Parts: sequence; structure tokens; C-alpha cells
Amino acid sequence: MSVQTEGTDTAGEPAVRKARVPAPPRGDGRTAGAPSRGRAAAPYLLLLPALLATVVLLGWPLVKNGLLSFQNLNPRQLIQHLTEWNGVDNYREVLTGEDFWRVVGRSVVFTAVNVVLIMVLGTLIGLLLARLGKKMRLLLMLGLVLAWAMPVVAATTVYQWLFAQRFGVVNWVLDKLGWHSMADHNWLETQFSTFAVVTLLIVWMSVPFVAVNLYAATTTIPGELYEAASLDGAGTWKSFTSVTLPFLRPFLLATTFLEIIWVFKSFVQIFAMNEGGPDHLTETLPIYAYVEGVGNQHFGVGAAISFLTILVLLVITSYYLRLVLKQEEDEL
Amino acid sequence: MKRSLFGRIWPNATAVVLFVGFVFPVYWMFATAFKPTGDIISDDPVWFPTDATLDHFKKAVDADHFWTLVVNSVTVTVLSVVLSLVIALFAAFALARMRFKGRRGLIVTFMLAQMAPWEVMIIAIYMVVRDNDMLNSLVPLTVIYMMMVLPLTVLTLRGYVAAVPRELEESAMVDGCTRPQAFIKVIFPLLAPGLMATSLFGFITAWNEFPLVLILNKDAEAQTLPLWLSQFQTAFGDDWGATMAASSLFALPILILFIFLQRKAVSGLTDGAVKG
Repeated sequence: MSVQTEGTDTAGEPAVRKARVPAPPRGDGRTAGAPSRGRAAAPYLLLLPALLATVVLLGWPLVKNGLLSFQNLNPRQLIQHLTEWNGVDNYREVLTGEDFWRVVGRSVVFTAVNVVLIMVLGTLIGLLLARLGKKMRLLLMLGLVLAWAMPVVAATTVYQWLFAQRFGVVNWVLDKLGWHSMADHNWLETQFSTFAVVTLLIVWMSVPFVAVNLYAATTTIPGELYEAASLDGAGTWKSFTSVTLPFLRPFLLATTFLEIIWVFKSFVQIFAMNEGGPDHLTETLPIYAYVEGVGNQHFGVGAAISFLTILVLLVITSYYLRLVLKQEEDEL
Repeated sequence: MKRSLFGRIWPNATAVVLFVGFVFPVYWMFATAFKPTGDIISDDPVWFPTDATLDHFKKAVDADHFWTLVVNSVTVTVLSVVLSLVIALFAAFALARMRFKGRRGLIVTFMLAQMAPWEVMIIAIYMVVRDNDMLNSLVPLTVIYMMMVLPLTVLTLRGYVAAVPRELEESAMVDGCTRPQAFIKVIFPLLAPGLMATSLFGFITAWNEFPLVLILNKDAEAQTLPLWLSQFQTAFGDDWGATMAASSLFALPILILFIFLQRKAVSGLTDGAVKG
């Protein structure tokens, strides 16, 4: 499932990666004698379909995106299939405009708040899972998995209903708690409260991935480490900081980067909630690119915004990949 | 070590509170879907659907094009997942079992591709698809969804293939199998958990995809369910009963798949790891 739905992709993996025994070093030397030419070509033939798909379906749009960002492409050019190059005009327009930098700042703050909340709550819940008895753990896991599995669009719709102005259950509860001004509160009316609802939604969807995987990672910590720590006179807190935390560090680092990438490019939650409104105030970079490019039909400008966003994501991704590659060095 | 009463109670109490917090939105979706309209728009919420009704579901199913969109969604999802599994199996076998030049670079390429920011590339994809006159068609959706899940499928299956002991394959070949036969008879059955894990991910991705279909397929008959669902509430005014029924129908297949497959998929991953 996209951000969070996307979350499923590495289910249980961090724990697994650690435990997986590295393959023994070997050449492809089962049969004696030099490999024939057909044999040497075999791996490339097997990889051909996957590579072809990657080049055509991912590489081409990426290149196209770069090209479009140097074109003047508005409805007229679009309909008449005109290609008008306009150099770096789109970039100049975007980078000198106030809107763009405001959206960048907003996207950074939005991502930071969400990722911090997700990581802190996810870690705490993961550690709680490790501490619970078997039955309670199963119960909490069930809750987490349900939230994790909920499709993004359905979840967004449900949150709209929970926070609905009339008959929404959240307003009712706040009213009963004595906050009577909230009785008919319109959550999507201001920038801050729209972001609050979106943040709650994203955190709710994303925490299970962190918590469940962190719990899985704690189960791979050898018990002897804790015994050794307690022999050395370490208390609960000390053994947490000297055993648990260092052991989980690579996992936490990699997961933080993943969450940054996922939250930064989240589209559905914001768009389906309120289409970037009220008054464009909850547009983050992906939404801004869509609204400018497709909504206002300035495709060239939209492509320039997309390209800049992709660059930002590429930098973050490369940090993440360096981390992962370092962990997997022996496996490659 | 003996824990105090407080020390024993707070983790369980917190767990119950968290459980309620995580489950409530899902519960509220189903509960609202079954409640008669009078109970939905009441001044005090009705917490349990005591007079359950199927009216809202009927309304959702009777909505324009519903069944066409179901067929669209299922077609696109199933085709893209199956295609990516087939293509990925070849690639994974090569990456896990053969040594060749450029192998490391390819693995890194797939890792990068796995992080591709599809949400941000929609304008370029729109132009490519339009230039090829394929707007309002299911073909671009199918192949691009296939590409969205392909890198992860390749990387995950590579791990599973590598985890099958080489001796198994060799002994099959000693018994007279060719290499492709050995693959089909020995390795393939052992990949079942890996195939389940990756197809679960693929199903979720393709079933949920929203931005691309939003921009590519404006034609109401060529859309998929996520788009339908996101427009449902606007189209039906504030009919929350029908909207929640539509959400439930959309979410149910994924919830069921996830709960059944997630444990198997995850335990499959761990088993593979331990047996190495």
C-alpha cells in the first residue's frame, strides 16, 4: 500500500537480513572446463525482460520528465503537439517564485513532524510488544496489522468521516469532554487542522510497519548479551542503552530513511483528504507539481517542479542505499 | 526479578488503549456501513450497529459503473502481479545463482528502481502515454503497476532462490534433470512463501494505486476502484453510510489477503533465513 501500504514491502526483512547466512563464495564451477559462449550469455538473457521493462517503463518517463522541464508546454502546445524549447525558463520561474520555496519549507516541516512521530511512537510500541505477554502481544499485533493493511484511499475516506463536521465521532467526543466549541468544528477549514488530520492518518498507517519490524528485530538480540550486561551490574535502563539500542541502530537508521522517503512523496492522503486545500495551503511538493502541471495545465513548469522533487528524493535515497549496501556488503 | 503490580499493569493497559486506537477507524468503517441512516445521523453516536442493514451496500454496488470498475481493478491488479512474478523469477535466478559481469551494478539498479518516486513522475508518464494514444486504456496502467512492483519482487525472490541449498538442485541434475527442469521441480516449490510475500505486496500496490489512474483515465468506464471511492463521497453528498459501505467493499479483499498471508509470508521469510 503506497506510503503505508507501501509499508509492507520489507515485512520482517531487517530481522531477516541479519540472520541470513551469507552464501558461500563460489564461482559457477559445477562443471569442469571453460563455460561455453551460450552459458556466458545465459544470465543476460534471463535478465533481459526485467531490464527492458526498467528502461522502457522507468527510464523513459524519467528522461521524458527531464526533457519536458525545458519546454514551454501549455494547453495550446499540448493540443497541437508542438515542441517549444524554452531553455531554463521553467526553472527560473519556479525557483524565483515565492510559492515554490514556501511549498519546500512546508514539505520539509510536514515530513519532519511525521517521521519523528512515526519513529518515536513506532519504537515505543515495538518495545512494548517485546515486553507484553503472549496473548496481549497477539491482540496488539492484530490491531497494528489491521491498520497497516487498510488501503490508503479507504483509510483517507474513513478519516474524513471520523472528522466530519456534522455527526463526526471526533467532534462528538471533544464536545463531551467539555470542549464545546468543537461540536461543529470544520477540520478542513484551516491549514493547521487539515495537516493535523492528515498527520494523524499517516502516523496511524505508518506506525505498525516500524513497530512490528522493530519487535521482530528485538527477538533476534541474543539473550546472552543481556545476561552479560546484568552480570556487569547493568540495570534496566543501562542494558537498554548498552545492548538494545546499539543492536537496533542500523534498523532504526534504515527505517528512518525509508519513512522520510515515503512521507515526503505521500500523495493520496493529502490529495484525497482536501485536494491540497484550503486555498492551496496544504500542498506539499508532489501535490504542488500535480496542481501546477495538470490542474493549471502548465505541464512544463510542473515537470520542472517534479524534476526538482525527484532530485531531492534521489539525495535522500542515495543515503539510504549507502546504509543498506554497507549492511549487505557480504551478500552482494 | 519481580515486578511491582503497577509494573505489570501498565504495559497491558497501554496495549489495550493502543489496540482500541488502531482498530477503531477500521471498526467504525464497518459499523457505519451496516447502520441504518437514522443511527448514522444521530446526535449521539450509535456505537454498535444493532439493526444491521445492507441498504448502504446495495446503494454502493448499484452506483454507476461499479461492476465495470471491479473488473478493471481486478484485471489490472492480477495481470500486473502475475507479469512481474514471471519476469522477476528469471531475473532473480540469474542474480542469485550465476556470477557475471555487472551483477552488483544491476542489484543496485533494482534497489534504486524500488524507490522510484512514481507519485512525482505522473506528468511525464501522462505525456508518454498520450503521445502513444493510450489514454483511457488499461494497458499502460497494467505495465506501469507491473514496473512498480518488479524491483522489490526481483530482490526478494533473489533472497529466496539463494536460500535453496545448491545441493538440492545438483542432486536433481545428477538424477537426470536439465537445469530448467531442476529449477521447476526443485527450486520453484520452495519459493512458495517468497511468491506469496511478493504478490501480497504487488496486490496492495496495484489495488491502491491512485495518482496515475487519476491523470491517465478520465473516462468513467476506464477507471479503477480507488478513484471511484475517492469521488464517491462527493458524488453522493454526505451519504456516509453508502460511502463507508463502498470503503468496506474496497478494503475487504486487502484486509483478508493481508491477515491470511502476512503471517505466512513473514514466517516464510524467517524460515528461509534460518535454514539459509
